[in-house]
Amino acid sequence: MNPLQLCLILSSLLFCIGLAGALARSNTILVLLGIELMLNAANLNFIAFWRYGPHAATGTGVVFVIFAIAVAAAEAAVGLALVIAVHRHRKSVRLQDANTLKG
Amino acid sequence: MTPALFLIALVLLGSAAAAMLSRNLIHSALLLVGAWAGLAAFYLWAGAEFVAFAQVLVYVGAVSMVVLFAVLLTRQGATAAPVEFDSFKRMIVGLIAAGGVAGVLLGAIAGTPLAISAHPAPAAISVKALGAQLMGPHAAALLVVGVLLTVALLGAVIIAAIDQPEDPAP
Repeated sequence: MNPLQLCLILSSLLFCIGLAGALARSNTILVLLGIELMLNAANLNFIAFWRYGPHAATGTGVVFVIFAIAVAAAEAAVGLALVIAVHRHRKSVRLQDANTLKG
Repeated sequence: MTPALFLIALVLLGSAAAAMLSRNLIHSALLLVGAWAGLAAFYLWAGAEFVAFAQVLVYVGAVSMVVLFAVLLTRQGATAAPVEFDSFKRMIVGLIAAGGVAGVLLGAIAGTPLAISAHPAPAAISVKALGAQLMGPHAAALLVVGVLLTVALLGAVIIAAIDQPEDPAP
């Protein structure tokens, strides 16, 4: 098994841990953290393919990961602001309690 | 080289799994900081130093603080009440779905002949070359990211702001 496959297996397991957390927990913050883990797994894939790919000198994978980190930071900020807004209206952070659009 | 990868994988997957299983939100957030630091270690191992330091700055430094703020602002009551798995069925279904996805992905990885390039250790890309890449071919994307971050910051402030009723006119 070559190192690229090891990296991809690591990334898959990280993705599945994030997926299990996002599906099985009902706390909104934990769901958001699970989604962050899935995003990180995708970044890990980019770096692995950049490292073992044929065009490592161009650095396209690194540039893509930098943009993905920027977008993930924006997503985390907006998502946690939404969590706080929902908590203010519902007094709860459970997903089951936020089931209507009209606040 | 490979033992380091196994050590990093152990730290990364262990702290991520413990964070997702933990009943205490603060513990989850702090364990995720460990997972993000492990990911930064993986980036260092793979030779992407700039991404590793960006990961430390953005995730270990900033996102973890935002998460801790959100945890503290949304806690109910004075006690640190445990966050239970409140639905057994939901937990089982989530684990089955994640296990199925893991099976499919691992099967696909094991069954694909992945050819890695002949040069085993390419020279790590320098920050200067990375800056030339960002300001040259990817300059438009860099501007769009700047606009995106500004809009996300303003949106987060507006969403989370307390909408107090207007003061009556004096």
